[in-house]
Amino acid sequence: MKLTEDMLVMKNEEIAPGIYELVLKGENVRLMKEAGQFVNIQLEGKGLVLRRPFSICEINLPEKEFKVIYRVQGEGTGYLAGIEAGERLNVFGPLGRGFPEPALKEGETALLIGGGIGTPPLYELARRLHGRGNKVITVLGFQDKDGVFYEGEFSQFSEVHVATMDGSYGYKGNVLELIGHLQLDFDVLYACGPMAMLKAIQEAYAKEKRGYISLEERMACGIGACYGCVCDKGGELPYQKRVCKEGPVFALNEVIL
Amino acid sequence: MIDLSVKLPGLQLKNPVIPASGCFGFGEEFAELYDLNQLGAITIKAATLEPRTGNPTPRIAETYGGILNAIGLQNPGVEAIIREKLPWLEQFDLPVIANVAGDTVEEYVEVSRRLAENKVIKALELNISCPNVEKGGMAFGTDAETAAELTAEVKKAAGKPVYVKLSPNVTDIVRIARAVEEAGADGLSMINTLLGMRIDLKTGKTILANGTGGLSGPAIKPVAIRMIYQVYKEVKIPIIGMGGIQDARDVLEFLYAGASAVGIGTANFINPYVCPDIIRDLPGVLAEHGFSSIREAIGFAHR
Repeated sequence: MKLTEDMLVMKNEEIAPGIYELVLKGENVRLMKEAGQFVNIQLEGKGLVLRRPFSICEINLPEKEFKVIYRVQGEGTGYLAGIEAGERLNVFGPLGRGFPEPALKEGETALLIGGGIGTPPLYELARRLHGRGNKVITVLGFQDKDGVFYEGEFSQFSEVHVATMDGSYGYKGNVLELIGHLQLDFDVLYACGPMAMLKAIQEAYAKEKRGYISLEERMACGIGACYGCVCDKGGELPYQKRVCKEGPVFALNEVIL
Repeated sequence: MIDLSVKLPGLQLKNPVIPASGCFGFGEEFAELYDLNQLGAITIKAATLEPRTGNPTPRIAETYGGILNAIGLQNPGVEAIIREKLPWLEQFDLPVIANVAGDTVEEYVEVSRRLAENKVIKALELNISCPNVEKGGMAFGTDAETAAELTAEVKKAAGKPVYVKLSPNVTDIVRIARAVEEAGADGLSMINTLLGMRIDLKTGKTILANGTGGLSGPAIKPVAIRMIYQVYKEVKIPIIGMGGIQDARDVLEFLYAGASAVGIGTANFINPYVCPDIIRDLPGVLAEHGFSSIREAIGFAHR
């Protein structure tokens, strides 16, 4: 069986300015086992050759559907935004390693930290952790009020706090400031977002807390063969880990950002 | 029955389809997707004497019809490759070509010697065309005398056939091809990537951390076809052709130009099953054009 499949587009809609929700249906959805894995989607527009990696936001096994949320950022995602329900997209995946759920023991609290378009992979995780009976707290950070998405969705499974940089919605400031302000208590943290946010989280918590972060990098193959998307892990050889293969999720102190 | 087999120095190929060096790692990742025994051969990622960490990221940038890469020869070093990668590759019925890189003639010679001693390796490919390293690499492939000297030294030290991978970043590729043939090369691989650059409009900085990178993908196919066509007329040694091949029709075009086998690189990133797909389609494409073997199509454009 091939790991590439022409999947049916069920839905592709703008849910916030420049932010789209894409739902795809296909047989390979049943291979999607972990929250935090990604798919590599082929785009046919204007001479584009590389597939684009998108993290999986929600897995619906009974319907054989999954969801990704993306921001229109360049030509590839611009092309993707023009795709309509009923069309097909070639999907390669699931790929990479996701968030290890069993890291959380019974009765422990998870803190999910999402920054902007880094938020989506945490959604499936929130659903699962909640389903296991763990307490889940979600802290989401956005630029401004217009950029806020999925607050309601996360609130089905967790206590949600939102920060915006300009203060137009929720707390004014970044996610770390909000966590400090609320004095949130937790056992394990899971984060995905911009590099600056991940660096700050690593600095603040790597010593005292268990945690996992999901990284983003420009990729080509998506399976670890091209060494295009490495990150530094320090220490002994080999010095690098491949974001697409050993990641995109790493333990909080596993990589040097 | 269409005969897909090809015999090249040191290589008895079931078919002419060979994943190109650097685009296929050491085969492990693709072995999770399909049976590597289907392939004609495999060219493993470049080996240097010491482990190399490669360039900072971003290492990949896209452009119309192609990609730029600046990986920078990241590899675990020749000893780790011999110890950890080659025993794993031995399980397959698959000729392995080892790509060799270095900073100095001595490094190329030493890496070649060690790899050639290993029974898993059937041939060497001298990488004198990597555009993404400061020293060595392409510097050896842009001057005919230097390329010839290196080829001769490696031939003396290594008891296996040597294919020299040529750089397209030269004014006269025929001159380099002839020089390495005279120096004893058993075959040529061509072409490596074309030196390129992209700049981010928002930041005003190059997208690749390395600044420049190697352009590959369908955009470079006509350059590869032209260079193979020119070189085929002037040398007697066989050519493994590569540069933007996407499907079986592209393979036939390379055979017409003068290639005896083909390397598949960037296409593996677009369609991870591209090699088995091409092998499946090739008999049909050959038959459609009136050929019953690969051999008949090699150099067809020159007849």
